[in-house]
Amino acid sequence: MRVCADPDNLPYSRTDGTGFENRIAAMIAADMQATLTYEWLPLRRGFVRKTMGEGKCDLFVGVPKDFERVLTTRPYYRSSYVFVSRPEDRVVSFDDPRLARLRIGVQLVGNDLAATPPGLALAARGITDNVRGFTVFGEGPAAQRMIRAVAAKELDVAIAWGPQAAYFSAQIEPSLVVAPAKAPSDLPGVPFVYAIAAGVRRGDQALRDDVDAIIDRRRAEIDAILGEYRVPRADREPGLPR
Amino acid sequence: MLSNAMACIVHCVYLYVPWNAASTTFRAIHRSSSFGSAMVPASCAALVAAALTAISLPAFADADDAGEWRMAARDYASTRFSPLDEINAGNVGKLSLAFSFSTGVQRGHEAAPIVSGNTMYIVTPFPNYLYALDLTRPGANVKWKFDPRPSASAQGVACCDVVNRGVVIDNGRIFMATLDGQAIAIDAGSGRELWRTKLGDITKGETITMAPLVVKGKVLYGNSGGELGVRGWLTALDAGTGAVSWRAYSTGPDDEVLIGARFKPHYASDRGKDLGVKTWPPEAWKIGGGNVWAWISYDPELDLVYYGTGNPGPWNPEQRPGANKWTSGVFARDPATGTAVWFYQWSPHDLHDYDGVNENVLVDLDTGGGSRKVLLHPDRNGYLYVLDRSTGEVISADPFVHVTTSSGVDLESGALRYNPAKAPRGGKVIHDICPASPGAKDWQPSAWSPRTRLLYIPHQNLCQDAGTYEVSYIAGTPYVGADVVMKAGPGGHRGELTAWDPVARRATWKITEHFPVWSGVLITAGDVLFYGTMEGRFKAVDAKTGKELWSFKTQSGVIGQPVSYRGADGKQYVAVLDGVGGWAGTVVSGDVDVRDGTAALGFANAMRDLPQFTGKGGTLYVFALP
Repeated sequence: MRVCADPDNLPYSRTDGTGFENRIAAMIAADMQATLTYEWLPLRRGFVRKTMGEGKCDLFVGVPKDFERVLTTRPYYRSSYVFVSRPEDRVVSFDDPRLARLRIGVQLVGNDLAATPPGLALAARGITDNVRGFTVFGEGPAAQRMIRAVAAKELDVAIAWGPQAAYFSAQIEPSLVVAPAKAPSDLPGVPFVYAIAAGVRRGDQALRDDVDAIIDRRRAEIDAILGEYRVPRADREPGLPR
Repeated sequence: MLSNAMACIVHCVYLYVPWNAASTTFRAIHRSSSFGSAMVPASCAALVAAALTAISLPAFADADDAGEWRMAARDYASTRFSPLDEINAGNVGKLSLAFSFSTGVQRGHEAAPIVSGNTMYIVTPFPNYLYALDLTRPGANVKWKFDPRPSASAQGVACCDVVNRGVVIDNGRIFMATLDGQAIAIDAGSGRELWRTKLGDITKGETITMAPLVVKGKVLYGNSGGELGVRGWLTALDAGTGAVSWRAYSTGPDDEVLIGARFKPHYASDRGKDLGVKTWPPEAWKIGGGNVWAWISYDPELDLVYYGTGNPGPWNPEQRPGANKWTSGVFARDPATGTAVWFYQWSPHDLHDYDGVNENVLVDLDTGGGSRKVLLHPDRNGYLYVLDRSTGEVISADPFVHVTTSSGVDLESGALRYNPAKAPRGGKVIHDICPASPGAKDWQPSAWSPRTRLLYIPHQNLCQDAGTYEVSYIAGTPYVGADVVMKAGPGGHRGELTAWDPVARRATWKITEHFPVWSGVLITAGDVLFYGTMEGRFKAVDAKTGKELWSFKTQSGVIGQPVSYRGADGKQYVAVLDGVGGWAGTVVSGDVDVRDGTAALGFANAMRDLPQFTGKGGTLYVFALP
């Protein structure tokens, strides 16, 4: 079982095996009685082409269910973008008028001049001057830098993808408020919740079916792993958008 | 179509005298003088050539030996005009392959072969091998090969294939760039490294793909990487030591953009303090792009360098309200200090990925009311600009392709008149955005003939539809990007070569091509124009009519820059690299899945059939008359 993964992108994967996708990969490989090997490459533009596209691996452990570059399995969790703020500010909605003046951080994927859903939502409301973008380049994942900036009061709010935001927020004392970001009504067609699945090469139905079966059979184990990493679950937790 | 003066020139050229006898003397005289040597002919042949080039090129355009090709665009004026005329419309049909050479690399080859002192220097895409070929030997064997050993991680960072646009030779030294952002000087004779300076930080997405230029003892380099939030700059290094002399950023406060008392832009919209900060949301200029990844020109008389800046990034346009100075525009600077003298913005607050980096060709033009020093610039936004290069005033701006994103340029204010109906909007489907993101024309450089007084523009004919969202995933962060799909523009063909008359302000003739014309253009005093196609045809056409006179099937598609030189045997040669790739050709060189129409930033859709026509390559072809 050859898995392609980012060498340093917690909470998903890291070369020392400490990410939750490392754990799920090990579980899938064990179930299939296969030896697990990794091909490491930062998950940036060209990732699919340079990994699975060059035949270097069979499986991505986590990709959006609607990611068309690969054949996806059934999703094993859904998560959401979230607001992260200090308890005294407690920001939980795009309708909060304070967003016009608070210092806000968003992830800046930097591909095709594209924006993350929170970035689009803010821009649609004319909120740009107090928004700072965190690019993929820097010490550690962008979400980690954003959460640390909130803790250090360099930012007031971070609006980041749930699994990353919750994982890094859990490392902060005193604790931060993590709240799901419900899609604003004035931005139709921009999802804030994404289903996450594993991915195989397009056409590799046999492996897809095998992984589907494992996901079904070991759902409880997967849930336990995701719980350890505090992944916000839009498919399980009340209060999270579905 | 042709003026009377033109007819006279055409007549004169048939007074052809072979170069071989005269060449040595001619060369020596050129070397002994700075720019005006064309006025000191050493022979009848030189007299003819010199007189011809003096007619409409600035004198400095003919700075170097007629038989050499020492910088990517051949001269500071960026004309790509070779004064050699042994090959002409009457005999080019007999052109045949003299020798070829495999570079051993199979990505997009965009570089110009550089020729000086009977040696040819070619640089490959990543890993950026530099070869010196001995032109005095039959078959031109390798004198030396230099391996700069760039960081392998650079490949994962470069946006659009791992290209290199060429090297430059000056004073016995070759200056090159590596993809991972290093400037390197190499002794031209021995291939020994003289110095290397790290200019870019690959861990921040900074790369270098452009061809450097040497001006007054300084080597000029610019960076790439705007789509990743890299802040653009032009940097001057001391040619002898590699020490940084100055760096001028394209965004930020005036003291970092090198804007001071000498800065006198023509239009009011470019005047004011710290516009590189104030025309952005706070802090956004720090990741604002404006990269300098293509061409630099130089006018020694005005003592100004000219170069374009890339589009603003990496935000979606809605997230960066403001003009986003100094992106998607052109700077004139003093090469000694880097001080900005003027700026003009082709596409203020760019909406469509229209970089402003295309070549600026310096010519003297009579647009009515006497000769003016102008700059010709075919922009990605679809307009052929004629600017007064002393002041930055727009004299004219005319569309050379089908344009829907704007309705012209207001000559009073200098502003591009955008069409709001084609502005990208989150969630909205927008059809027929023309030109598409690679623009009316991308990096592929034009050529100017002082004889025909036409600018030969290689370009694409592409539009795009944007809108329906597709789910993407970067660094573990899901998002929806606009699903951009490119397609052929009006006429159904994807490429064109346009011969543009900047005085009449219209095309004199056009050639249509199946695929975008992604190669550079070479024009010669023999009135023959050379270019290559992505399916792998290297062509010669009549510069006056556009009639195809000759073609040669290359193994891979051609996206390189053809050049012409005089060999050790005195004959005229034409050289070009094949090796399809670049943004347009990455469906072949990068094995992009053509089933995914949005791959390669939407370009894959428009290039789906390219793999049926050509495969990867990396071969130098050199042609001569038998």
